[in-house]
Amino acid sequence: MDLSPATQFDLHRRMVRIRLFEEAAGRLAEANKLPGFLHLYVGEEAVASGVCGALNDDDHITSTHRGHGHLVAKGGDFRRMMAELMGKATGYCKGKGGSMHINDLSLGMLGANGIVGAGSPIAVGAAFANRYRGRGQVAVAFFGDGSTNIGAFHEAANMACALHLPIVFACENNEYGEFTPRDKTMAITDIVDRAAGYGMPGVIVDGMDVVAVHEAAVEAVERARTGGGPSLIEAKTYRFYNHHGVQNLGLKYRSDDEVAEWKQRDPIFSFEDRMIANGVADRAQFDEIWAELRAAIDDAIAFADESPYPTPDQVLVDVYTGGRH
Amino acid sequence: MADQRKLPYVMAFNEAVRQAMEADPDVFCAGEDIGAFGGVFGTYSGLQATFGADRVVDTPISEQAIIGLGVGAAVTGLRPIVDIMFMDFICVALDQIVNQAAKLKYMFGGDAVLPLTITTAGGGGLSAAAQHSQSLEALLCHIPGLKVVYPSNPYDMKGLMMSCIREDNPTVMIKHKRLLGMSGHVPTEPYSIPLGIANVAREGSDVTIVAYARMANEALAAAAKLADEGIECEVIDPRTLQPLDTATIVESAKKTNRVVVVHEAVRFGGLGAEIASQIQELAFDWLDAPVHRVGAPFSPVPFSPALEQHYIPDATTIANGVRQVLGRPVLAG
Repeated sequence: MDLSPATQFDLHRRMVRIRLFEEAAGRLAEANKLPGFLHLYVGEEAVASGVCGALNDDDHITSTHRGHGHLVAKGGDFRRMMAELMGKATGYCKGKGGSMHINDLSLGMLGANGIVGAGSPIAVGAAFANRYRGRGQVAVAFFGDGSTNIGAFHEAANMACALHLPIVFACENNEYGEFTPRDKTMAITDIVDRAAGYGMPGVIVDGMDVVAVHEAAVEAVERARTGGGPSLIEAKTYRFYNHHGVQNLGLKYRSDDEVAEWKQRDPIFSFEDRMIANGVADRAQFDEIWAELRAAIDDAIAFADESPYPTPDQVLVDVYTGGRH
Repeated sequence: MADQRKLPYVMAFNEAVRQAMEADPDVFCAGEDIGAFGGVFGTYSGLQATFGADRVVDTPISEQAIIGLGVGAAVTGLRPIVDIMFMDFICVALDQIVNQAAKLKYMFGGDAVLPLTITTAGGGGLSAAAQHSQSLEALLCHIPGLKVVYPSNPYDMKGLMMSCIREDNPTVMIKHKRLLGMSGHVPTEPYSIPLGIANVAREGSDVTIVAYARMANEALAAAAKLADEGIECEVIDPRTLQPLDTATIVESAKKTNRVVVVHEAVRFGGLGAEIASQIQELAFDWLDAPVHRVGAPFSPVPFSPALEQHYIPDATTIANGVRQVLGRPVLAG
């Protein structure tokens, strides 16, 4: 598939937006300006961008604890995201959810999720609703390699296939479940081996190559949209920062060489080199894009900084729709 | 002449689902064995024949995915009814119920609306042993974001189930297994009973008995027996356990000055503890005796009928609880 220059710039832009947002969040966390946990998506940008670039605005996605990238890729608003990370009233969740529950239902982004594996059954429900309504929308469940060891994933994959739902299971295999390497927690090398057990096609793609991810996603989304049922995409990828936070925390669970090796394959820089080599773009264009998006991040940080915290009377608001009774 | 049609509890539930599905195309049902088979208790009988397999969906035995199906469909605009065959099995799906369904709205800053009804079957008395007989309602009532309903008779079942389906929050409707065949007056037309409103099932002046589900009926039997001894009991059936109609309970406590709280669940940490606590906080000066709790002993539900009939409270144990708060001699069963 030859991607049009417009599509290539679109995928590139999604990735840069994620990178800049996450690096800014990391800096704020190091400056103790963000309460709570922070799971950064840096390194994995090609996966969310390649998949979301294959979706329509009204398609649904479910996400993970490492969810900022999915929301950014689906079109999330920097200001409301940054404000939420700071716990401000102007944030996506009005300061009640934070990093792990960031969402935008108007963009079909059904929430980051603090429970590993929990998003997949919810994606099954969205896929069911989409078929029920017959509007041709699809659902994508993003999940990590670790969550395929959880029962919820198995139940969701099996039910989606049994009901032949319009859904794509998009696995971000970053080789580590928190701090434990994959080979200590499962006896298979490739998550895609599990797809056959549910009766759905599966494909492995280079998760550092946004074009490869995008092409696989286009095919799987098309299959779902045209009644062909579920698919699984396994994107081999890597997180450049830790499971949570930015610094190494003194935890040596992977070697410096391994991290450096993966960073050589940076999904954004390698794609830029390719676009330049193919004569699709030049460096000056990229410089402009980075500068523009950096300004947008600075604006979002300023917005979040200036935003008020929620007032204590908000604790009991929105526990129930329409009040308690 | 008013409609005096009688219907069993199970068909009151079924009729509420049927009428809700007729009225609203966004309502669908999903669960194990509920389609062609009609549910193991017959609660969904005949619905797939009427509404088709796309609206009355047979699912795998996958409780997490069943609730997840409901959560995802609800948050994207449908009005799902999802069934967990036995209440004990909610434990398999607690993440989706407690961490997802109950909290999405709040965690998302209010944007999410979850018009989700979870139906299940609770209670003992069928020699079904410890994994098919539990009363776990207190566990659910402890979770902000959920509503919990547990009707005691066919009339309440239909009206409350209708409210659950129309409700824009995740609601757990518990059917008591021993009440499925209970017959009673159920109007033919659709009607709803608001959630969070208790029913004063019998008025009385001497003692208040707060009891729900099958225990509400046992409490009424106890009250009839005690009336022969000259003791007038007021029986309050909360019907909805979350939100709890504390005002009606406290008002009655202030009137009778003595309260017995009854449930089939184990006494320790049960809903009765919360009700007793609310009464002492809000009506301490009116009480002439400590609030008495009747519940199951702190053990799993036993299998043998010889043990189970001893384990589950009944009209006799409730009557003795009433005599105790009145300082009267407790009688042998």
